[in-house]
Amino acid sequence: MLRRDFLAITGLVGGGLVVPAAFGKVIAAEALQSTMDVAIKKRLADAALAAATGAGATYCDVRIGRYLRQFVVTREANVQNVVNTESTGVGVRVVANGAWGFAATNDMSSDGVAAAARQATAIAKANAGSQTAPVQLAPVKGVGEVSWKTPIVKNSMEVPIKDKVDMLLQVNAAAMAAGADFVNSILFLVNEQKYFASTDGSYIDQDVHRIWTPMTVTAIDKASGKFRTRAELSAPMGRGFEYLDGKPADRFVSPNGVVNYGNSYDMKADAIAAAKQARAKLTAPSVKPGKYDLVLDPSHTWLTIHESVGHPLELDRVLGYEANYAGTSFATLDKRTANFQYGSDKVNIVADKVQVGSLGYVGYDDEGVKTKRWDLIRDGKLVDYQSIRDQAHILGKTESDGCCYADNWASVQFQRMANVSLLPGKAKLSVADMIADVENGIYIVGDGSFSIDQQRYNAQFGGQLFYEIKNGKLGAQIEDVAYQIRTPEFWNACSAVCDESDYRLGGSFFDGKGQPSQSSAVSHGSSTARFNGINVINTARSLG
Amino acid sequence: MSFPTEAELKAILLKVVAMSKADECTAQITGTTTGNIRFALNNVSTSGIVTDTQLSVQVAYGKRVGIATINAFDDAALERVVRRAEDLAKLAPENPEFVPAVGKQTYRASPTFSAATAAITPEYRAKVANASIAPCKAEKLVAAGFLSDTNRFVAFANSRGNYGYQTGTTLDYTCTVRTADGRGSGWVARNLQDSTSFDAGTEIRTAMRKASASAEARALEPGKYTVILEPAAAAGLISFMMRFFDARQADEGRSFLSKKGGGNKIGEQVYDPRVSFTTDPWHPEAPVMPWDEDGVPREKMALVDGGKITNLNYSRFWAQKQGKRPVGQAGNLLMAGGTRSTADLVRSTERGILVTRTWYIRMVDPQTVLLTGLTRDGTFFIENGQIKYPLKNFRFNESPIIMLNNIDELGKPIRVGDDEAEMVMMIPPMKLRDFTFTSLSDAV
Repeated sequence: MLRRDFLAITGLVGGGLVVPAAFGKVIAAEALQSTMDVAIKKRLADAALAAATGAGATYCDVRIGRYLRQFVVTREANVQNVVNTESTGVGVRVVANGAWGFAATNDMSSDGVAAAARQATAIAKANAGSQTAPVQLAPVKGVGEVSWKTPIVKNSMEVPIKDKVDMLLQVNAAAMAAGADFVNSILFLVNEQKYFASTDGSYIDQDVHRIWTPMTVTAIDKASGKFRTRAELSAPMGRGFEYLDGKPADRFVSPNGVVNYGNSYDMKADAIAAAKQARAKLTAPSVKPGKYDLVLDPSHTWLTIHESVGHPLELDRVLGYEANYAGTSFATLDKRTANFQYGSDKVNIVADKVQVGSLGYVGYDDEGVKTKRWDLIRDGKLVDYQSIRDQAHILGKTESDGCCYADNWASVQFQRMANVSLLPGKAKLSVADMIADVENGIYIVGDGSFSIDQQRYNAQFGGQLFYEIKNGKLGAQIEDVAYQIRTPEFWNACSAVCDESDYRLGGSFFDGKGQPSQSSAVSHGSSTARFNGINVINTARSLG
Repeated sequence: MSFPTEAELKAILLKVVAMSKADECTAQITGTTTGNIRFALNNVSTSGIVTDTQLSVQVAYGKRVGIATINAFDDAALERVVRRAEDLAKLAPENPEFVPAVGKQTYRASPTFSAATAAITPEYRAKVANASIAPCKAEKLVAAGFLSDTNRFVAFANSRGNYGYQTGTTLDYTCTVRTADGRGSGWVARNLQDSTSFDAGTEIRTAMRKASASAEARALEPGKYTVILEPAAAAGLISFMMRFFDARQADEGRSFLSKKGGGNKIGEQVYDPRVSFTTDPWHPEAPVMPWDEDGVPREKMALVDGGKITNLNYSRFWAQKQGKRPVGQAGNLLMAGGTRSTADLVRSTERGILVTRTWYIRMVDPQTVLLTGLTRDGTFFIENGQIKYPLKNFRFNESPIIMLNNIDELGKPIRVGDDEAEMVMMIPPMKLRDFTFTSLSDAV
């Protein structure tokens, strides 16, 4: 989703009448709870498949999508916006004469989808003229009629709006009582009801749920004109409303008492902590620039993994298809052949589309491929990429990795990032033990500013909370910290990863790629990890 | 696909407004047709056309607001969407910041529509792709690009007698050209309202020249340098800074435009006296709709004049609270400059760095608007008025406020939009002292 769409819907700019087209229409909350009859979807899909093959397509897939979203937006004691949206329609993709064609329609009649299928076939035939090599699809065995559902406990769409509003206003009140000057909090809920059918003989009905609770707590010192914010330490998740149960067992308390969260989140407790920590930032000393050993909490590391491993190992970027927008990649194919030393032997990174609670967890991808987990970096060495059906042959593979996704029925599916995660260390290691080994370091919690070049070499990251580490002990909260890395050097500087008891997920609700841009949601897991001798800069400036 | 006529749209809007039993009702119909073509590795990869027409209805009972939308226009559908908005309003919590709909206004039309852009066909798009790819193939370069053109209308009416209608078009073209060995990269972008003057065959030469010329890049120690930022390179930084020109944010103490002790910096000297920003919906090269998203008429207005803050953007709620006259939120940004081109600025530079494009700009510290990002697609060393050799790309950490106090010279503004800026802008090339590069990047 584009930033301006998000701002429009969250009411942070302009009037409420502007609903981004990709969100479809605004509906009543009750309509978020309904589903489409599978028999009707199958009938529509069969109409499209028959029309495409009748028109000369050698392959066809049909995606019947109902994309539901709910936003509840508040600041302090006010509700700024409550919006429910639905976008429903059908996307048909075909191969004809060796070329791709795509067409989409929101006409949900058999005639309507058949017309779209014929149009897609005509487009494919027209494209075939300028195609340099025919599409090669890795084989997929049809699975017949199957269904899959995110394993949620409580469907967020069924929770009354009043309860959601009350919860956010209580969170805000708690932050204000704890010393915040301002607080913005949002509930953002997604349900993708997706039906996929293809000429391979698959009819796959999936019900995918996601939840996100962005929050910004601001503290101000009027006399000096200084202001500081602290954002939520939660993660967007592929879970239901039970994520907000805030179970004590899901609290991860660091050696200096900072509370992070695992499989569930206590938003109110985090708001109170945020208010105090934002206030403390106003007087925290500024970092001295130089080389430090960084101890990175998973609430921070997910973004570094996302930018410096997830993106460079997307095969379409490696090949050059994203050169004009997202960029290319330093991790070229020859590096896989040479088993490039991407990181130290502590670094084992997997792509995983079957991780419970993750944003990318689905049963099948958007071209009907059963999802799986596979290695990208093993003992520090580059071993693989992320691919889809028409790319697998380039890697010498006989099957797709299941990374195909479209953000809407009207968007063409293409290769998107799987959940990409750093595996926990095999030896038992707690955060306290890891810190005890650090002479001169910084402990970083939460994600902050992030920027990386178009080939994913040079990156800079901030955070939410920074604490000095001196001679094995955590010290004062400090400010103005950002670290700069060159990707391979950074991952080769990884000296320790905590064990699996510390493992948690972070993630992005809006990862943008493609032209026109599409967004996808993806998680990245890790345990707390240490990186030695990393260049830290001071970001404080004076405007005079 | 042709859009409904203005008379047809007005009839639907008035019917909708009359149907509503709420205290007030605003109806808006928007329609867009967007065509695009994408190419990479010297091949067309995708192309498509998306048409969307939508009716939005907002009603209010007291301070309770409901919004519903629909894309059908028969009487039953209109009735349904009005009742849905009313039902939602009755259930909605009160919004203490609710401001009633604007009363009857007189809008002066702005020249946002180009018949040439609206008439773009799939064949035109294919020709643009071919005009970009063919010369690259001939010189063993590799092109990846995107063309997107939009034709749109907006019409609205409310129960207080207000009504507006206008059409608009835009064309946005970007192309990245790389050498076959991946050691050089160049880029070109054009954002236009009227496609008449657009010629991909001419534009692509800029990206091709930069790709070839940037292939043997040398490393220069990071530090503070005199730079010439081309307009596209400067626009991203300016764009981030303009997010803070919101009056409420400044008054609340969370902006670089907040004053110590409270209030905002209207009237204070914040930039070099050569810095002036205005907004003007009728600007011939960068026109925008003459009303904002609330229907408040936009005006020609200076935000910064002679380096002093003269105006901020007030929402209707905040204007009412602060006793200010509400003016439409800025839809474009026009930065004043001189008459000289980027090439002229290079010719008068003894020692400096030319930056084609900035990339992945992110906020590091909102207190000072410290931004980080990277150069890409053509960074060159200038000596004695000439481009001497290509440079490896840099990461910068710089605040646009500091940057706009270190001006050597501003050139002639050109239009920048879409990818590089959040709103349509006229931005000059700028020669700046002491621009802060903090590390080198190996990326090409």
